[in-house]
Formats: sequence, structure tokens, C-alpha cells
Amino acid sequence: MLKDKDRIFQNLYNDMGSDVNSSKKRGDWVDTKNITDKGRDWIINEIKESQLRGRGGAGFPTGLKWSFAPKEVGSRPHYLVINGDESEPGTCKDRDILRFEPHKLIEGCLIASYAVQAHVCYIYIRGEYFVDGQKLQAAIDEAYEKKLIGKNASGTGWDLDIYIHYGAGAYICGEETALLESIEGKKGQPRLKPPFPALIGLYGCPTIINNVETIAVVSTILRRGGKWFASLGRDKNTGTKIFCISGNVNNPCNVEEEMNIPLKELIEVHAGGVIGGWENLQAVIPGGSSMPLIPQEKCETLTMDFDSLMAEKSGLGTAGIVVINKDQDIIKCMARIARFYKHESCGQCTPCREGSGWMWRMLERMAAGEATKDEVEMLGDVTNQISGHTICAFGEGSSWPVQGLLRHFKKEIEKRNNLDPIVQKKIDIPYLVDQHLLDKKNA
Amino acid sequence: MSLRRPSKDQPENFEFNSSSLEAAKSIVAQYPEGKQQSGVMALLYIAQRQNNNWIPLAAIKYIAKFLDMPYIKVYEVATFYTMYNLSPVGKFFVQVCTTTPCMIRGANKLVEACKEKISENESELSSDKNCSWMEVECLGACVNAPMMQINDDYYEDLDKEKTLKILDKILKGENPKSGSYRGRVNNEPENGRKTLMDLKNA
Repeated sequence: MLKDKDRIFQNLYNDMGSDVNSSKKRGDWVDTKNITDKGRDWIINEIKESQLRGRGGAGFPTGLKWSFAPKEVGSRPHYLVINGDESEPGTCKDRDILRFEPHKLIEGCLIASYAVQAHVCYIYIRGEYFVDGQKLQAAIDEAYEKKLIGKNASGTGWDLDIYIHYGAGAYICGEETALLESIEGKKGQPRLKPPFPALIGLYGCPTIINNVETIAVVSTILRRGGKWFASLGRDKNTGTKIFCISGNVNNPCNVEEEMNIPLKELIEVHAGGVIGGWENLQAVIPGGSSMPLIPQEKCETLTMDFDSLMAEKSGLGTAGIVVINKDQDIIKCMARIARFYKHESCGQCTPCREGSGWMWRMLERMAAGEATKDEVEMLGDVTNQISGHTICAFGEGSSWPVQGLLRHFKKEIEKRNNLDPIVQKKIDIPYLVDQHLLDKKNA
Repeated sequence: MSLRRPSKDQPENFEFNSSSLEAAKSIVAQYPEGKQQSGVMALLYIAQRQNNNWIPLAAIKYIAKFLDMPYIKVYEVATFYTMYNLSPVGKFFVQVCTTTPCMIRGANKLVEACKEKISENESELSSDKNCSWMEVECLGACVNAPMMQINDDYYEDLDKEKTLKILDKILKGENPKSGSYRGRVNNEPENGRKTLMDLKNA
């Protein structure tokens, strides 16, 4: 287990209070000027050395992302945007940072803004977190009052304004370009990349977008050194991470742990074990709903980091672990996730808009045992028609969980759905078409 | 995508009252000059708060004029985002999360409770026109599942009995206490917490 002194979010459970004075006791804001005095290059290098990877799901190296910002500010101002649109089912880590460690986030914003030369920072929070957003707003007001941000923030000579922008219940706005569209006051529909936001982002200006957790750990990394952060976890998967363990466990909780921690340790030690015992475990969704599930036999030895989960054809994503035990109907669980994606598709690309609903309806029928034998293959085919054929990664996100289900629980589906196909004769048509048309042709 | 339809009964006029107007002006000031369109989401919220938790078409027109935007652009935003209510909802607006992490911990029981206490169908006003409920997608409190949101507040760690009690309170017009209903502190493991013990005991 990670030592308490190496935990970055000391106030994860709000033992100490989230106001500026207690934050200072935890080390926030004490020597912000010393950090910025070392210069932009030093900050970016130190973050690169720490091998910090974005905590929002994709795991892109943060130092590298910052270095994409233009070195000189031209006619267009730079922007820093913080992504707090946490909507991935199974994930609730950013909410705790917003309400209990707001000053870590605000200080991180100042340092990151300085590093990428932004004078304005927008924090995008999902609309449902209105109360938590108000707590962050109170912390921002406090920081303005103490001159920690604003003109000559914390005496660093850098001017920074931070504003909160509330979302309004659209999952897709967690995608970075959709988030920018949303801040610009449009529908949250993702943009094509390239151009990447680092060059053409918010209002067409260079914009760096980071997750809440990524920015909140920055100040601690710079104080304790990139080497310290890199010494935790394993190579390329360094540092600590807040894991959210939900579902059929005895004590669902958020906990900050080292990367590369065994999944079993997380569930058994921190979350009090699976309901009904470890043997009752059916499957685990390791990183928020869009990551393919992992069956029980693999959970025994699985370690939680970006690369080892990638090797299992899944991913760490946002580290929202959903534990599903054998009392649950796994097909129904996945059908519910498919319904989520059907509801949240932005409707821009046809494969995703139509396909997400298609997957949901097929899975609902499969859960009820109303599907025919050949539809199992067809479902796999539908997922392949979606993933890779959309503007943003939502297409992959919606089809991966279904692919994961097919990969590991195909037998279960086939056992329940053994109705004969409606089209008996095997003729070369890719999909089931209207029966009467076939009859004519075959007559 | 989700089905979004404006209400059939629409008021003729809508205007910001003085406090809404002040809030709207400070929102617009947050964005660079000429980018006042960015304020549209916040302004829709302000209109929703002023107008009993829903947005009439007149408000969409008013905001379009206020921000110098085409009406259709504001309409697009209001219909795209699901948190803007386009038809009347109750003074107490109950949203039950039924996505997988909540579902496997028994969110359907919460739905049952809502059906018993408020109305048979979702998005339907209760008999006293004070409450309505609906199923929503993940509200981002998965480790406190199952949970629901009433207006701005989260009610966590529920079961059917506790939900019935909460609904009884709101039907009487009271504001029940938000947060966990199993008495645990925030997101810590309920018993057997292993981390940051020095701080807990301090």
C-alpha cells in the first residue's frame, strides 16, 4: 500500500476542510513564486521527467502536451481549459477534487497557465455538479481575495483569471473539442482533428486542455520533484491515481493509490471485498464504462495501469472500477451501458448515432433471450461498423464495452439466445432485410 | 440521442428580472469581447431558475436578442443539452440515476418508490403539481450508488425505504438533508478505512 505521506490528495475525505488556510497547512500556495521563478522550460521538463500522463482517460503525456503550445504569444491569446465534465459511468474522482481540494486545482491552474502562457483559464464543470461547482467558486473567490490569482498572482508577475463554465448534461462535452464548442456557446459536437486545439482551439486560439486531476497533481509534483513522482508506479505509468471502486463491493469508495497496484488489492483491501466473496466475482469494468470488461479469471493477477490493461485489450481510462458479481445479469448490465451511449450520442456521425441505438436494442433482446443465433455475429459486426468510423472517440467508447462482452461472454449470450434465424437459407446478404423481399427472390 | 420536445403551453412573454439581468451581465463579462455567445448556456440556466425550473420558447427568443445571436442557435443549444427543461417540471425535480453502477446496486427500487409516491410515469407532475421525477444517465456519484438528485442536491447511499422517506418530505414541501443516507462521510470506505488514518483521528 502507498504510504500516507506520498498521497497527493490528503483531504480526499475532507478530514481537514477545503478552505485556503487548511490548504496552506497541506502545503498548497506556500512557495508558488519559487516554482514559477524557475521558468517555463524547467516546469515543462520536470513534468516530462515525472512521466505524468493525462488522468482524463486517454493517458496522453502532460509535459508533451504543454510543449505543443506555441513558444511565443502571437496575435491570438493562449487559453487553458480544465475538463471537469466527469460523466463516465463509474467515475467520481473529479467531484472530490472540486469540493475538497479546490486549492490544489487552482494552484495547478496558475502554474499550468504560466507554463503555457495563458492569462485566462476556464474550468468546465458538468451541470449536475452545481453544488460542488459553487464550492470551487467560493475557493476561487477566496484566492482572488488573498491575491493568489488575479493581477500579479501570488507575486509571480503573472496575471490570471479563472472562470467556471457549467455544462448542461451532455456526456459528449467531456471530449475536448466538443468541450470547446460548448464553451463557445454551441451544441457540443466534436470537431475534426487536426487542427489540434494546442494550435487552433477555443475561439481559434491556442488552447491547452487538461483533466481536473492532472492539473491538481502538478503543484505537488513540482514541489517534490519529477523524480519522486516517477519513482512511484512503474516506467511510463508513474505516480498516484484516484481509483473509484463502485458496484458490488462491500465498501464502495474513492482511494488514492499507486499506479500498477493489483486490482485484487484495491477490491479486497480498500473496498472491503466483493459482495459474496471473491469467488462470486463475475467481471470488472476497469476504467469507466467505455473500457471493455475483464472476466474474473484475469482479475486475479491484473495490475492497474495504462499499459498492462492495454495488454488485456482494455484500458485504465478514468480508473472508475465497476465490480459486477455473479448475482447480476452481465448482458443486462452491458445493455444498460449501451442505452447510456444511445442516449448520449451527439448525433453528428451516422455510424454512432444509429449504431448506438442498434446495439442497445439488440442487447436488450439478447438479455431477454429473444435474439436469434446469427444475431450474435451481427452484433459484433455492428460494433466494427462504428468504431474507427466517427469523428471522435465516442464511437470506440460505445462499441468497446459490447466487444468486450462478446469477447468474454459469448457463450453466455449463445446459451440464452438459441432461436433459429429468420432467414434459413444462407444467401449472400450482409444484413437481415425484409422477409418478403427475400421470399420473392428465392421463389 | 434523446428526445427533446418543447411544451405545448407556452407563455407569451419572458423577460429577465433585475437580479437575473445582473447575473447575466456578469456572465457575459467573463468572456472576451465579441464572444458573448459563450454565455448562452449560463443564461439559459438563469432563465430556467427564474421561470420555475423550465425554459419557455419566449425565453429562448429573449436570450437570442440579449446575446445578439440567431434564434435557432439558442434553440439548438436549449434542445441539445438535457439539463434544460423545455416543459414544466415540479418545484421538486427528482432525477434518479439508473446507469449500470447504480443499477447493479438497486436503482430500480428507487424508481419504484418514485412511481409509488410521485406519479406512475416519468416527467409527469404529481397530483399536487409540486413534484416530478425522471430517470437520468450517470450523475457521477458512482461510489455512493444508488443515488438521486433533487433540484441541485445529491442524495446518496439510498434504498427504497430511505427514498420513500425523502419523497414523503418533499411532498410535504420540506427540504430533506442532502448527502449520504447511510451516515458515511463523503467518499471514504464505510468501515475499515485504511488510508490517511492520522488525519481521521486527528
